[in-house]
Amino acid sequence: MIFVTVGGQLPFDRLVHAVDRWAMQQSSADVFAQIGRSTRPPAHIRWERFLSPDEFQTKAREADVIVAHAGIGSILTAFELGKPIIIMPRRAHLGEHRNDHQWATVKNLGNHPGITAVTDEEALLHELDNLDRLEAPPHEPGPDYARLVDFLRRAIEDL
Amino acid sequence: MVLAIASGGGHWQQLLRLRPAFEGKRTAYLTTNGAYAKDVPGSEVFVVTDANRDVPLKLVRSAAEVFWRVMRTRPDVVISTGAAPGLFGILFGRLVGARTIWIDSIANAEKISLSGRIASRIAHMVLTQWPHLAATPRVQHRGSIL
Repeated sequence: MIFVTVGGQLPFDRLVHAVDRWAMQQSSADVFAQIGRSTRPPAHIRWERFLSPDEFQTKAREADVIVAHAGIGSILTAFELGKPIIIMPRRAHLGEHRNDHQWATVKNLGNHPGITAVTDEEALLHELDNLDRLEAPPHEPGPDYARLVDFLRRAIEDL
Repeated sequence: MVLAIASGGGHWQQLLRLRPAFEGKRTAYLTTNGAYAKDVPGSEVFVVTDANRDVPLKLVRSAAEVFWRVMRTRPDVVISTGAAPGLFGILFGRLVGARTIWIDSIANAEKISLSGRIASRIAHMVLTQWPHLAATPRVQHRGSIL
């Protein structure tokens, strides 16, 4: 199953409808999308506007691949569950977000193992056609994570 | 006591990743969605109004709720991964003598968030998760949640 998630704040029709178009052309695509405030519901995939945190976890767990806006919550969910994730950034000039920090996320995290970053619908469709190539994120967080936790633990214990 | 503060979504998930740093300390969480309580079983969870710059009235209400919680809990440490309610927590934490730590979201890869820049004038410690943003002694890089 492919789990699509775009968060809750603003519409992200470009992503939802790119996946919908792709699913239309497949004989048996199993896709579930959390579409938030997207203006037009998709026609060829299952969808809900919003999911409770529990439902979200369940869908993410069931998924083979996660396709998401470039939100950190989506990326961390994929990492914690060891699921490959494709991210596409919301753009401010298209009214998809208040600013372009998702673009910055893609530029800076796009090469991280486990993350496949695409900048537009065309690139997204290309990745959807090649899902077998996607890599799962590493099981263990990197050394940067241990360093941050150690630093904070000491900062808190020094009281 | 540690008061750990994060808004919903990515902010909350980043805070959860940092839980090993509070292990062994009594920790209460303050967030914007009551459903998150199940993520931190055994810890107290306080819920405040979600707010950002686009909704000033909610910002005021959120600040008042955070103020109340900080005054009631008198934490030794206030730690936040953002956003606005966390900044209020840092501010009011200083008033009650807490040690205050701001961790700017990893989403802020090109510049520190506005809240983070404000926090850098208030908090004891501001951390960025990107080495290239650790330009001043006030904003340090000490690793990231990935």
